[in-house]
Amino acid sequence: MLELRGVSKRYASLEAVRPTDLRVPRGETTVLIGASGSGKSTLLRMIVGLVLPDSGSVSIDGEQLCADNLRALRHRMGYVIQDGGLFPHLDGRSNVALLARHLGWDEPRIEARLRALTELTRLPVDALDRFPSQLSGGQCQRVSLMRALMLDPDMLLLDEPLGALDALIRAELQEDLVEIFRELGKTVVMVTHDIGEAAFFGDHIVLLHDGAILQRGSMQQLIDSPADPFVTRFIRAQRRPILGPSARDAGDA
Amino acid sequence: MSRILIASLLGLMLAAPSPALAADAGSEPIRVGSKKFTESVVLGELLAHLLRASGAKALHRAELGGSRVLWNALQGGEIDAYPEYTGTIRLELLGGRDDLDEAGLYTALRALGIEMSRPLGFNNTYALGLLEARAEELGLTRVSELVAHPALRLGFTSEFMDREDGWPGLRDAYALPQRNVRGLDHDLAYRGLAGGSIDVTDLYSTDADIRYYGLRVLADDRQYFPLYNAVVLYRSDLAERAPAAVRMLRKLEGAISAEAMTRMNARAKIDRVPEEQVAAEFAETLLKRPVERRRRGSWIDSLLQHSAEHLGLVGISLGAAIVLAVPLGIAAAHYARFGQVILALTGVIQTIPSLALLVFMIPLLGIGAPPAVAALFLYSLLPIVRNTYTGLHDIPIGLRESAEALGLAPLARLRSVELPMASRSILAGIKTSAVINIGTATLGALIGAGGYGQPILTGIRLDDTALILQGAVPAAALALVVQGGFELAERGLVPRGLRLPRSE
Repeated sequence: MLELRGVSKRYASLEAVRPTDLRVPRGETTVLIGASGSGKSTLLRMIVGLVLPDSGSVSIDGEQLCADNLRALRHRMGYVIQDGGLFPHLDGRSNVALLARHLGWDEPRIEARLRALTELTRLPVDALDRFPSQLSGGQCQRVSLMRALMLDPDMLLLDEPLGALDALIRAELQEDLVEIFRELGKTVVMVTHDIGEAAFFGDHIVLLHDGAILQRGSMQQLIDSPADPFVTRFIRAQRRPILGPSARDAGDA
Repeated sequence: MSRILIASLLGLMLAAPSPALAADAGSEPIRVGSKKFTESVVLGELLAHLLRASGAKALHRAELGGSRVLWNALQGGEIDAYPEYTGTIRLELLGGRDDLDEAGLYTALRALGIEMSRPLGFNNTYALGLLEARAEELGLTRVSELVAHPALRLGFTSEFMDREDGWPGLRDAYALPQRNVRGLDHDLAYRGLAGGSIDVTDLYSTDADIRYYGLRVLADDRQYFPLYNAVVLYRSDLAERAPAAVRMLRKLEGAISAEAMTRMNARAKIDRVPEEQVAAEFAETLLKRPVERRRRGSWIDSLLQHSAEHLGLVGISLGAAIVLAVPLGIAAAHYARFGQVILALTGVIQTIPSLALLVFMIPLLGIGAPPAVAALFLYSLLPIVRNTYTGLHDIPIGLRESAEALGLAPLARLRSVELPMASRSILAGIKTSAVINIGTATLGALIGAGGYGQPILTGIRLDDTALILQGAVPAAALALVVQGGFELAERGLVPRGLRLPRSE
């Protein structure tokens, strides 16, 4: 169980995250959604310890995140960012195996894990021998996911993992990701600004606005009983182009 | 070309025990110094010949620099003897003691641990001179007449420009109005006169060039210049260490007439006879027996020697700079406040003119290779620190955070992610430092560090273009070879993933 208690963060005059509580249920997917500047990424970066909250605490299975246990806890999380964050000087294989090598895994163990992960992420095997600049965007994300999963962590933290991909690849990877999450049964926290993506992935959706949580629940709950007029505005703004002018009439009625 | 390459490679391998640095080892020869003009070099060679004739070992460190450099080196014990002039001692070295009579001069010097020989027999005074034709045209015979020609262009040696007994005093004594005054090398000044780019220069009265260029020496009608009797200065402890050698040195007292000195200068400067040989001939006449002549090495020997010296200077200073600057750059990238201080500090060092930095090192480290290595080391820091800092700083934040979020320890992050990604920039910094260093190291010859600067310096003094090229060509070739070497090294050191063109 991942728990954030009263965490807040301020950058100069900007209140990025107001004091916030969040509990993330084990084995399910939680989506943090909001416009840019809503504080969703800051919240995720607090979990992985890249942002230290000004107040409050982050704890994982009752263990509070601090300087002493940060590295050990990070080994129990996998973190994937928008364009993969792959190290350009290492080929796919070395990117994925980097941490395991530093932790002293022997080569057969690394190879076995790599094989299992290429299968899971449906990455063509030869892609591992290529450098990030030689991989497509979708392949980069699959390698990045492999790197995040290398130590078989309890949690996956994804920051707009599909944000930089074009529509077709995005749809394909979406399907694969959902299947992977289901198969692994890990706790997943994903940040997105895309309402469709949130609906697609999220068992639980947390909508943030101006550094605070506005509403949490399923997509259906957000649509049916919005906690604030902004919730409806946010959802409708993204659905409008798909539904066309008639939807606007219906919505305004 | 391939010889130079091989020599360079050999030199790189032998960089540490370079002869420039090992020169002081062995059974302590007596070290004679000389200033960087022909007469001083001839006298230095002459002293060395006489010392050897007395049975001592002697070493001549020629063309070390100006009066101040030699004076400090003598006081610091880096040389044991050098030729000097009484006027220079009184007014420049002791700081305006024209009140001292001859006995007073001996006492004042002895208090500093320095002995002075009796005058060698000639007065090499300063004088002003100009081309005979120009002097005729302007009707000039005396310094005081210069007052009527304020537009004349004056070119003086840098030393004369700010010596107690130089231009400032002369200008005041004669109320000279000229404002177009330039500092330049003494040997170049003669060429400047002949070429018409200056009108008047300072002369040493025994210069062979006066007759060679057909110059008129203006009479010092207000007796501004003191006597510049040539003498030998030597350390008091030399008399105890090598009494026979000192007795031999003193055989020069009263032995060199102004005509003899002017003739020797002409032989060396105009006829291009090596100073060593000119001095040997005089020593043989004086002693009435043959002296030991040094075997003259071929140009390939001197090229190898200069290469080894040069590579020693560059290799040691650059190596030390890399060892210090890369960690400094890393620290600067990780601690913003410290980074600003370090970058500012190394930046300030870079703004000090290289010649000045070399000279600043003399009081701390003496003359020869150590001060040159120290100055080159300081010069090499900035490009490496800055490029290490920039290379690390420019790593996209997403990648730095990915490495951190992965749970890699800080040192592992540095080694496996940050340094490899910054490697191209760091290498470029080292390359810049190396190329600058190779060029700047030629200035090391000005303070006795040897290297490719030595033939350049001697070539300028003797107006010998071939000799200048013997230093300039290998220095340029070395810079090119090193530059090429770094481009090859980039293939080995920069990870392949960073050298790929983007496929999309």
